[in-house]
Formats: sequence, C-alpha cells, structure tokens
Amino acid sequence: MTEPGKTTLAPPFTPPGSGLGALQLRDLWHLAPWLIAIGFYFVGDGFHSFGTNILIMILFTLSLDLALGFAGIITLGHAAFFGAGAYTAGIIAVHMTTDPLVGLLLATLLAGVLGIITGMLILHTQGVAMFMLTLAIASMFYEVANQWRSLTGGDDGLTVPRSAPLLAYFGFAGFRFDFRGMTGYLYTLSVVFLWFLIAWRVVKSPFGRSLDGIRQNPRRMRAIGTPVWWRLVAMYGLSAAMAGTAGALQAHATRLVGLTSLQLELSGIVAVMLVLGGERRLYGAFVGAAFFMIVQDWAAAKNPVYWMFVIGGLLMAVVLFLEGGLMGLVDKIAGLFARKPGQKAGGAK
Amino acid sequence: MLIFTILLDGIAYGMVLFIISVGLTVTMGLMRVVNLAHGAFAMLGGYLSSVMIRHYDAPFIGGALIAALVCGALGGLAELTVYRPLYRKGELAQVLLTFGMIFISIASMTLIFGTTPIAESMPKWLEGLVDLGFRTYPTYRLFLIGVGALLALGLYFIIERSLFGARLRASVDDPGMARALGINVNLLFTLTFIGGCALAGFGGAIGAGILPIEPFYALRYLVLFLVVVVIGGLGSFRGSLAAALAVGLIETTGKYLLPQLGSFLLWFIVFGLLLWRPYGLLPPKSAT
Repeated sequence: MTEPGKTTLAPPFTPPGSGLGALQLRDLWHLAPWLIAIGFYFVGDGFHSFGTNILIMILFTLSLDLALGFAGIITLGHAAFFGAGAYTAGIIAVHMTTDPLVGLLLATLLAGVLGIITGMLILHTQGVAMFMLTLAIASMFYEVANQWRSLTGGDDGLTVPRSAPLLAYFGFAGFRFDFRGMTGYLYTLSVVFLWFLIAWRVVKSPFGRSLDGIRQNPRRMRAIGTPVWWRLVAMYGLSAAMAGTAGALQAHATRLVGLTSLQLELSGIVAVMLVLGGERRLYGAFVGAAFFMIVQDWAAAKNPVYWMFVIGGLLMAVVLFLEGGLMGLVDKIAGLFARKPGQKAGGAK
Repeated sequence: MLIFTILLDGIAYGMVLFIISVGLTVTMGLMRVVNLAHGAFAMLGGYLSSVMIRHYDAPFIGGALIAALVCGALGGLAELTVYRPLYRKGELAQVLLTFGMIFISIASMTLIFGTTPIAESMPKWLEGLVDLGFRTYPTYRLFLIGVGALLALGLYFIIERSLFGARLRASVDDPGMARALGINVNLLFTLTFIGGCALAGFGGAIGAGILPIEPFYALRYLVLFLVVVVIGGLGSFRGSLAAALAVGLIETTGKYLLPQLGSFLLWFIVFGLLLWRPYGLLPPKSAT
C-alpha cells in the first residue's frame, strides 16, 4: 500500500530559514491572512458569526493538516475529536460552568488525551487497516453520542447555554459575548492565532522535520533511530487537541452540539478543505476552509443539490489536475512571475 | 425461538452485504486501490431496478439483472477512465477522489429521484411468510439467503476452481510475479471490476428491502462495505463471505439483545479485530 515515494501529493515541505535574522521584506505576506481577519472585524457587519464559523473550520482544517499533511496519517475520522471537543464543551456549559475558557481548555485536553490513547492503539498499523481504524473510532464516538441521550441529547442535539463573559476573573467584568458575535469573533481569532503559532513552531522544529521524514519513509527513519511510533502518537495527540478546540469553539459559538459534529461527512469535508487549500503549508488550511465555506454559503443558498456537485467536482478536480491545491496554484503563478534571468525558480527561500 | 430469528435475519443481512462487497474486496486486493465509491454502484442498481419494475413492468429478478448489466458496464467504463490514473497515486488521492465520486452520486440521485427513500417494489411471490415447520419466516429474507448462497457457490467455482480464478488469486498474492509469468493483470482487473460492480448493482437491487435505496446510500453504508472487505482480508473471497456473515450476525444480535448500544457493538468488535489482525481474518499472501 505505502510504497516509498508514492505517497506525496503536494511537493515536499521545505523549511524556511528560522530566526528573525532571516526575515525579508517578502516574508511580510505572512501578515496578510491575519490583517484580513482583523480587518473583517471592522467591516464585516452582520457576518461576524459566519466569520467565526470560517475561523473554526480553519482551525479544524489546520489540525488535520498536522496529522494528515505533516505526519501522513491518513484519517477519515478526524470529526471524532472535533465532536468530542464540542460535546465536552457543551456538557461542561450545561452541567458545570458557562465560563468559556474552562470549557475550551477541558475540551482541548480531553480531545488530546483521546487522540493520544487512540493514536497509541492504531498507529502501529498502516495503510487500509489504519484508515479503517480511524473510521471505526469515529463510528464508536458517534454511537456513544447517539445512544447516551441523558448526557448528549441523542439526535436532538445538545443546547448549550450562552457563555459567561470572557476573562471575568478577580472582579474584572470581562468581555460580554454580544449577540452579533463580535466578541466571539475576536475570541475565536485569538485562539486560532495561538494554535497557529504552536503549529508553526512544531512543524519547523526538529520534531516536525522528523515527521516529514517518517511520512516519506518510516522504515528509514526507524533505521536511523527515530522513535517513529511515539512521534506519530505525539503529533496525532496534538492534532486531536487542536480539533477538540475547534469543536469547543463551535459549541460555544453556535450554542448547539449535534450528531453532525461526529459524522463521517464532516471528516470528509474537512479533508476536502485541506486538499483544496493545499496540504503541508499551514496557510493551505486558511485558503481552503475560507474558500470552501464561502462557496458553500453561496451555492447552498441557491440549491443544496447543486452544492454536492460542487464539492464532489472540486475534490476530483484537485486530485486529478490541481496537486497542491489552491496554494500550489498560487505558487505556480508566482513562480511564473518570479523567474528572472540568472535567478533560479523557487530560489526564494 | 429468538435465536432462529437472529440467526436468519443476520444471515440474510450478511448475504446482502456479501453480494455487494465481494467485488470490492477482490478489486481492492488486486490493485490496492482504495475505492470508497463502490456503494454508489449498489445504489445505482437499486434505483435502476426500481425504475425498470415500476415503469417498464420488468419482473423483480429481471430488473435486478438489468441493473447488474448496466452497473457492470458503467463500472468498466469508470475503471478505464477514472480509476486507471489512480493506481499510481497514493492512498490519499484514492480516498479523496472516490469520496468526491460519492458526493457526485448523492447529488445526481437527489436531482433525479428526490431525497426520500424509494418504496420497495416487492413482487407478490416475495411478500408474506413461509412456514418453516417450527415457525414462519418472511419469504423475502429466505430468498436473499438462497440467492446469496447460490452466488457464493458460483463465485467459489469461478474464483477457486477455474483457470481465471487461479490467475486472479495469483495476481492478488503477487501482482509483480503474476505479470512476469505473462498474466495480463490489467485485463484481469478490468474484468473483475466489471464483475464486482455488476454484483454490487444486483445486490443493491435485491437487497433494497434491507438497505433502503436513497441518495445517501453510498455514504451511509460505505463503512459497512469497507468493514466486510478489510475484516475479511483484502482480496480474499472466503474472508469476505465470513466477514459479511459475521457483520450481519453481530449487527442483528446487537439490535435484538442490546438495542441501547446501537451499532457500537459492531464498531467495537471491528476495532478490536483490526488491532488484532490488521490484514483481516484471511489475508492474501502478499500482505503478510
């Protein structure tokens, strides 16, 4: 199944220079997605909850990029952790406290622990067996949520109470979550930014580089002494924790947790977002999720059936003709302009 | 008496799963291609036979046979055009592309037939109950068991007793060596793919009473079909029969005895089995 050198879909990940000394003017584009996101806060009147949803899906896609893109763990069950996070946050808000941060942290922690436990079990296997195991885990989570009605509300879903003001500690009044969702938007954006920094740090670290090697050839990495299994488990756990955060954010933002958050469809859709944007680029998650959500919003409003054609067609087109996704396309176009005589294409570190 | 109900229901259910999945197991075992869209052929078969029966007064089995023919032809076409370029790509590309095909199948069937499941078009002779001596049992389910057993027997002779089958098994076990011996693996694969899709279409058509035909069919039962394939062992005909019957029996037992668990029991067992034997119960030699 996994023949060496066959598994890469996007071009191999190249690490940019680390350290501030290597910063150049061209690196300023890293600011672009964040400036757009902050700018949206001021101009996106009436669309803040939609913007929040996009940010949540970006985070979820980013988490999949860690597991599937960087570590090469082919999973179609990532919704398990998203849903676990969403249900944890919802249940905490219903039964314990409506403080959003408590719910968020516990959901992240629980999803991470679930990721590590299931990862320890399944990451010994590979190929179709591992892929099926991720499906089996997601199906088990789904059945638990479906059957444990007293806790999860079953197929009616779980209604989550409105979150208490953010950071209302030590007598500080905190930031109230307004019904237009403006506070929620900024809050979500900050969480996404924090996770992005962590993800950035991780994939550029020696640990992240070793996963790059594991994805390309696990046997050789084992031969040179890399603890392959532990590295995969660690990355899977981190990715699961991140997906759990995304789920918790969604539970707080939409104030409803349903079985859809655990469905196979969601796992599939997040994979679509990832390959659409481009794997192993971190920013691919931003482009893919935002593009997907906006097109979905536009197309589904017209006709949901039409929308299904769009997702299916997009998936097939990306796999057959657009390797590397939208970011890959951007790279190719940029490469056309950047190529000057005497300068090697892609020479820009 | 409950035990007979569980046993018969489970076997009937397992037979439907077997008919639909057996093609998938051989194609996945032979070409190592992850094909998630196999269920779409079963769904198409269900829709086709229903249209044949309703609008063209085809008999029940006739409708299913026409569905099998059309699905086989379409499967061959899909193999030549869409699946061929996939073999050289990685698993991820295969998963994504075939997942995309599921979405397209959902959209097209919704567009043509609407979202509601179509009513079963059961002929008179399959309605009602049969007296088994000690109890009565629905004729339809007995019919499914019979058809499944017949097909399994037929496939046994084709796969385990014919030259074609010997070539097929050799190619599953070691495609490279089979090629070196002059076996045309690609042709073999196309033929198997056609056969597998035809069986899926047939199974979807006659199994509509157990797995209702609706646009989300391919997605809803996708994991079940994959479970049969993976638990049985990729490319293993006997394995897929055993796995299909096991899945049918486990699901049915769970539904009767532990309804509060839903499908959890099945997933739990699948999970444990795959951890224990990642290559399935009866893996091909190439996997071990």
